[in-house]
Amino acid sequence: MIDWTNFTPWSSLAGGVLIGLATAMFLLLNGRIAGISGILGGLLRPIKGDIGWRVAFVAGLIFSPIAYSVAAPLPAVQIDISAASLIMAGLLVGIGTRYGSGCTSGHGVCGLSRLSPRSMVATAMFMMAGFVTVFVTRHLIG
Amino acid sequence: MQILMAFITGLIFGLGLILSGMTDPAKVIGFLDITGTWNPSLAFVMGGAVLIAAIAFHFAETRPKALLGDVMRLPTARQIDRRLVMGGLVFGVGWGLAGYCPGPALASLANGGSKPLIFVVAMIAGMAIFEIQERCASAHKRKAI
Repeated sequence: MIDWTNFTPWSSLAGGVLIGLATAMFLLLNGRIAGISGILGGLLRPIKGDIGWRVAFVAGLIFSPIAYSVAAPLPAVQIDISAASLIMAGLLVGIGTRYGSGCTSGHGVCGLSRLSPRSMVATAMFMMAGFVTVFVTRHLIG
Repeated sequence: MQILMAFITGLIFGLGLILSGMTDPAKVIGFLDITGTWNPSLAFVMGGAVLIAAIAFHFAETRPKALLGDVMRLPTARQIDRRLVMGGLVFGVGWGLAGYCPGPALASLANGGSKPLIFVVAMIAGMAIFEIQERCASAHKRKAI
């Protein structure tokens, strides 16, 4: 069954295009992959001369809702889970993205764009695990 | 210049995440809920992003240097191993639990209250656990040799 009331194909597509543009700019201008977990995780293994751009990228991300709210009201956000589950989820996302060398941006957007078999496998794994987790938490336990 | 571009890229990336709905965990979980009331919106995010990025990668693969003068750093790893598979699965469980992946969590820090902050702190702790484990493993290896 499709959730038509919360279905937003146009704004999602437009947002996706912006993400694609950012990825394209970063690749063609800076010669780097816009993979968020790698950019953030690299700060925990600091190498001289390799810190500034990482901090700048993360700062841009953090600043984005402030810039967005100048132009338009921020979309409503709903977080249903408890602080304890958030901590558990955060740990899993942190460990998993570093072991798997990427997240939704690095493997999902960049990897699939360049048809990397490695990224296709990684993306299939995290999508599958996401589907199963939501099935368990929403329909078996919830 | 590279640092300024990194900031601008992060900013545009974040605006895209907000506009697309990725910063709303309820929407992300709605997308992952294929057996319930499924919200397919986020497939459009991936579609739009991959479409544009694929064109850029097509150009990038034939160039040795980026436009600002740095070498083009494309990933070289090719092996599909246990780390990749297990890492992907562990990440997916966390993603399904919270509805946050790393980018949207960072892009929610400035306006989302305490919950995104809790998630981001835990996520950085998870990344730190990985670093410590890696360092121990490589020290162990050196000793063995």
